[in-house]
Amino acid sequence: MMYYSRLRMMGVLGVCLLGLLLCVPNFMHAPAPRMPWRQIHLGLDLRGGSYLLLRLDRQSLAADRLQTLMDNARQALLEKGLGYRDFQRDPARRTMSFLPRDPSEAEAARKAIADMPQAVSNEFSVGNGDDGRIVLTLGQDAIAQRARDAVTQSIEIVRRRIDGSGAIDPEITREGDDRIVVELPGISDPERIKALLGTTAKMTFRLLAPGAAGSVAPPGAQLLPDVSSGQTLPVQDHVEVDGGDLTNAGAVIDQQSGSWAVSFSFDHAGARAFADTTRANVGRRFAIVLDNKVIEAPVIQTPITAGNGQITGNFTAQSATDLAVMLRAGALPAPLSVIEQRAIGPSLGADSIRAGAISLLVGLLLVMAFMALFYGRFGLYANVALIANLILMMAALSLFQATLTLPGMAGLLLTLGMAVDANILINERIREEIKRGRTALSAMQVGFERATGTIVDSNATAFLAHVMLFVFGTGPVQGFALTITIGIVTTLFTTLLLSRLLMVRWYALTRPSELPV
Amino acid sequence: MLSRPLFRFVSDDKRIPFMRGRYAGLATSAILSLLSVGLFFVPGLKLGLDFRGGIVVEARTQGPANFPALRLALAEQHVTAAGIQRFGADNDVLIQLDTPEAGPQQEAQTQKLVDTVRHAVTSAQPGTQILRADAVGASVSRELFRDGLLALGSSLAMILVYIWVRFEREFAISAVITLVLDLTKTVGFLAITRFQFDLVMVAAILTILGYSTNDKVVVYDRVRENLRKYRTMPLRELLDLSINETLNRTLGTSSTVFLAALPLAIFGGHSLSGFATVMLFGIVVGTSSSIFIAAPLLLLMGEKRLRRDSAARK
Repeated sequence: MMYYSRLRMMGVLGVCLLGLLLCVPNFMHAPAPRMPWRQIHLGLDLRGGSYLLLRLDRQSLAADRLQTLMDNARQALLEKGLGYRDFQRDPARRTMSFLPRDPSEAEAARKAIADMPQAVSNEFSVGNGDDGRIVLTLGQDAIAQRARDAVTQSIEIVRRRIDGSGAIDPEITREGDDRIVVELPGISDPERIKALLGTTAKMTFRLLAPGAAGSVAPPGAQLLPDVSSGQTLPVQDHVEVDGGDLTNAGAVIDQQSGSWAVSFSFDHAGARAFADTTRANVGRRFAIVLDNKVIEAPVIQTPITAGNGQITGNFTAQSATDLAVMLRAGALPAPLSVIEQRAIGPSLGADSIRAGAISLLVGLLLVMAFMALFYGRFGLYANVALIANLILMMAALSLFQATLTLPGMAGLLLTLGMAVDANILINERIREEIKRGRTALSAMQVGFERATGTIVDSNATAFLAHVMLFVFGTGPVQGFALTITIGIVTTLFTTLLLSRLLMVRWYALTRPSELPV
Repeated sequence: MLSRPLFRFVSDDKRIPFMRGRYAGLATSAILSLLSVGLFFVPGLKLGLDFRGGIVVEARTQGPANFPALRLALAEQHVTAAGIQRFGADNDVLIQLDTPEAGPQQEAQTQKLVDTVRHAVTSAQPGTQILRADAVGASVSRELFRDGLLALGSSLAMILVYIWVRFEREFAISAVITLVLDLTKTVGFLAITRFQFDLVMVAAILTILGYSTNDKVVVYDRVRENLRKYRTMPLRELLDLSINETLNRTLGTSSTVFLAALPLAIFGGHSLSGFATVMLFGIVVGTSSSIFIAAPLLLLMGEKRLRRDSAARK
């Protein structure tokens, strides 16, 4: 207990030195050559930036899936020569239903639906509704699985859109089944990003229904709002060319009008479809539909066979660029909505760092003064350990690239207060043993031994509490729990090994007859 | 210099008969906790953005903030703010809005509203910097609240299990009762001071619990040791002895933690000073409850069981 092998001593000092080295990058502004460069990762609350929590719209996903199933069901019934009428879908209940032409055909219709070749196994169940309706219900699990897939797909698209917007170091992560977290350092006004992500950007090219201009859509068409005129236009349901066939898009200035426009080009299949459609429909109006809104509906003058075109809506430089970014990145499988937003300006972050640093320094000095006054020489050793502790904590935070948040800084500070606890326990224990009449050597030995059990018990409970906090906490709370958890580990190291080493070395060198406690 | 300690809290020979005041201590604590529970209902906690949902915008204007102009700008956008107030300096403004009425579009509306407020503020006083603009939807705030309580509950459960395993049942139960008393007082303190109860506050309360447990474990550790050492000493005397023996440590560690948190309460800025102030309160409560509550509870519960032999002898 009172003997430190050379190897162990070197080990302890080595860890401290390593900690110091790992800490250095935090005090430099530029990366040093040939050095592992890892700075503490500052949270958005300290460096300024935006945090967005997006949720995928499951209902719209279900609605899309029901629409597809409905089309497939019609097809399946037609193939079997079975009649149907009154197709309805209810996305909120995840159901779609129809009436068989003849009640006697109900059984056959049900079988035809269940045997649809496009049906994914167990995706839906077929049952009976009111008045002889046949009801098809999408399973909860099937929708959840679709949501998971859609989130995976969306993350990629979100990443491309944000990269296209010029944001630096964005972090995009999934959370749970249907959520995406977007962190944007340096962007303290996320309005544009929100708009960029809030658009599905499903672009389709469709013909306008011929002749109709009334308020009722003809069969096979629906009324969609026209962005530029404010009217509604009857747009055919049939999609001539899909936006998914685009290969490129960019913001350009229109040669004729001098205003901003978005140019695009199609891949091979898209170009052919576009050429076929324009050739067959010269003189008709062709609508460019984005998320169920008509951006533009020009009259086809001549067939367009080159595989590229231009949209001239009412664009600004920004909106043209953003639309181009969205078209290039592709359409989102379902709408994403922002459900939580936190934006912190850079000046507030800097204020917080300053306040934290001042508090840290003052707190450190107060604790050190206290230890020196109350515990003399051993208090000074505790102070050396305290500084080493701070260095090791910073090193650990840098090494693990843990995110330091504002509450994390508070955690750092509180750890400093708790760190000397072990020293106090040891010192008090040694003192007691001396009062009981032990010699200096035996008092130190027994004091260390007895204090260790207590130290382990008291730290283990704190450790457990904070691990729980990390597991169940989110965001800033996790950051706080993480710093304290790291702090408990480094504290055990510096007090049980380093400050003890100092005390033991001092004793070995001076062999005092009494201890300064 | 400083080779010897200059101060002590209490001299080593001092024997303070803490157990004599056990009923007074327990009664005071019970009353304070009951009052705190009352405060929890009236006026209740001031829920922060995390748990209530809504919008908070902090702005720094150039020159003193012009409140009438800000109110007007918001009114023009048909925004009814729950509060527009100064915080800290003359040019720092805090605007709070509640979540819009429940509905399918609620979260989208919340998000739109925050942008509207931003524009209104910057147009009312040009040159205004937006320091922070947070908007939390209703469903998220409910989840955050649930997660926060889950973190609190599971921490308490872990502490209970740990002490039960390491010590004995009486220790674990009295520790958790003491912690619950500490917790209720902290909640009462939050209700009185009107600090916002948000996720950061949950972290503060958990830290207080962790710290308070730590304090109790040290005292209990000594009690357990003394139980083995003085086999015939009555429990009451033994508890007094254990508390006195650990008193310098208890006060010493409380002081260092207090000193570390103090600058944060003073310099931490408005977001952290509330957190730190609650911590300071918790340190005082936790330290006093280690002495005046945890040990007396142990005496009440363990008089028969922990010291069966000495009780029989009397």
